[in-house]
Amino acid sequence: MEYRVKRVLAGAVVAAIALAVAAPWIVDDYTTSTLSRLLVLGLVGVSVALLTGVTGLPTLGQTAPFAAGAYAAAQLGQRGMESGPVQLVAAIGVGAVFALLTALLVVYARGVFVLMITLAIGELAITVASRWKGVTGGTDGLLAVTGVRPLPGLSTLDTDRGRYLYALAVVGVVLVLVLLVLRSPAGLLLRASRDDEARMRASGHPVTAYLAGAYVAAGGIAGAGGALLITTQQYVSPADFSFDTAALLLLGVVIGGAGSMLGAVAGTALVFAARDWFSNLLPGQSPLLLGALFVLTAYLLPRGVAGIDLRRLGRRDRAARRA
Amino acid sequence: MSELDPYLIPALDGVAYGLLLFVVAAGLVLSFGVAGILNLAHGTLYAIGAYVAAWLADGGWAALPLALVAGVAASTAAGTVMAGLLTPVKRGDHLTQALLTFGLALAGGSLLVSAFGPEDLPVRVPAALDRPINLAGHSYAAYRLVFILVAAVIAVGLYLTVTRTRAGMLVRAAVDDPQMVACLGVNPTAVRIGVLAASGALAGLAGVLGAPIIGPGPSTAATVLLLSLVVVVLGGLNSVVGTLLAALAVGEIQTLGVALLPTAAPFLLYAAMALILAARARGLLRRWSTA
Repeated sequence: MEYRVKRVLAGAVVAAIALAVAAPWIVDDYTTSTLSRLLVLGLVGVSVALLTGVTGLPTLGQTAPFAAGAYAAAQLGQRGMESGPVQLVAAIGVGAVFALLTALLVVYARGVFVLMITLAIGELAITVASRWKGVTGGTDGLLAVTGVRPLPGLSTLDTDRGRYLYALAVVGVVLVLVLLVLRSPAGLLLRASRDDEARMRASGHPVTAYLAGAYVAAGGIAGAGGALLITTQQYVSPADFSFDTAALLLLGVVIGGAGSMLGAVAGTALVFAARDWFSNLLPGQSPLLLGALFVLTAYLLPRGVAGIDLRRLGRRDRAARRA
Repeated sequence: MSELDPYLIPALDGVAYGLLLFVVAAGLVLSFGVAGILNLAHGTLYAIGAYVAAWLADGGWAALPLALVAGVAASTAAGTVMAGLLTPVKRGDHLTQALLTFGLALAGGSLLVSAFGPEDLPVRVPAALDRPINLAGHSYAAYRLVFILVAAVIAVGLYLTVTRTRAGMLVRAAVDDPQMVACLGVNPTAVRIGVLAASGALAGLAGVLGAPIIGPGPSTAATVLLLSLVVVVLGGLNSVVGTLLAALAVGEIQTLGVALLPTAAPFLLYAAMALILAARARGLLRRWSTA
């Protein structure tokens, strides 16, 4: 029975991948660029899920390394560095360094305090993004002058289809890497730290260091999302990193089942697609509909579709208190 | 003295701003410290009070108590409704709480905008207070001066309530050891609803009185929420005095800081928060984790 379920799931994943690759030939250019944006937000959703579901640090602040990566890639692009991989690596580095600098604020906190601290980090990152005009262009934002070159020797990406496929490839690679790491002992250590911190500490594990590692890795992933953001929409402004975005990311991750990476991509894409749909459906009333979606999710999906036990977050609080 | 002179008015503004933040943040500390709820709709509760003040105030004296009663009642009711909606959510299920309260903030903000329009509303204060008065050679808005006095009275009242009354004792006990309070026969649900209603009342009170300072508009809720969160981060959850000092510091950074260091001011808030958190990381957060 379980074998059959697994086979059906594997089939669904293969079909979804095939559909994702074929999509730009099926739909028009506008929809393709919308799909690119959903992919990018899905990648940031992976970093949120890594912290919220796997590590047990619920976060509202991943928009900050997302922004740091986006501005780093945009700056490189403006200085004539067209290579996609170079922009990507730089953005990952900047996102990870940002996370390293703020790790001290986050890794000692638990539960609701993480939410609060990361919220402040995200909000203050927007403040910096809108005031530091020399680097970020302020609220006017930055425009990407040219498309990126996906690999040395290839031409720059000038079509929506090309940019979408590039984003899809990068998201795919990052997703596979994250899944491989989570299946390795590293993933086991993170989940164990989430479920019973006191016991892990008693067995001599440096739990704080594990959490810091996961936080820095999540910062790098969000940074990669930033590089893809500037590649796909060719424009970046502080509005891309608003508190609403952070909250919608968290909502998408919870709908996708907090601990599941594929669920995070799907849930995040679903939530942002719903937002776009609402604002076409009832202009001006979309916050009301979104608010209702949040409330419904809170009541109907307390553990998300893929069923992570969110009570573990509370257990972790208590475990920390005992320690 | 003469070189300090240009900074007198921003410093005084900072006190007014800080005291306003103190009243809002005190509500947040209450829901956060006692009920363990990160209320992302707290700014919306402030906005309700501010909108009611803008709607009722017509420049006469009679409108002020009316706005005060109506605004505080509306925010208290909103806080109580929120407590009711949060009742099925388990204590410690922070994600669901955050989603629920943020959803309410989004929907509430949208309803306020459709009721009062998408513009920032002007707020009329009583004519007698709507004039500048002379203060050591500077003209200063009379309303702000009166606001500072009233908010100081509120701060003292809050301090006395928390330290000297039975309700305050219960609140402090619930911060320190919620299980023990429950064992002593105090109904945790009643404490939770009471705390959220009181938190709504404080936000509404701040909204009505502070409307001429942080006025009602579509971005009010987010501004107030962020600033009061920073105050809570800086001040911790353990004392009224800590919250007051943090609120005054944030107020001064936002006003005096801008006057002194215009380019660095946006980063000052972040730097102050990072410094304090990093310096006290272990001690502060260990205390926090008992909340």
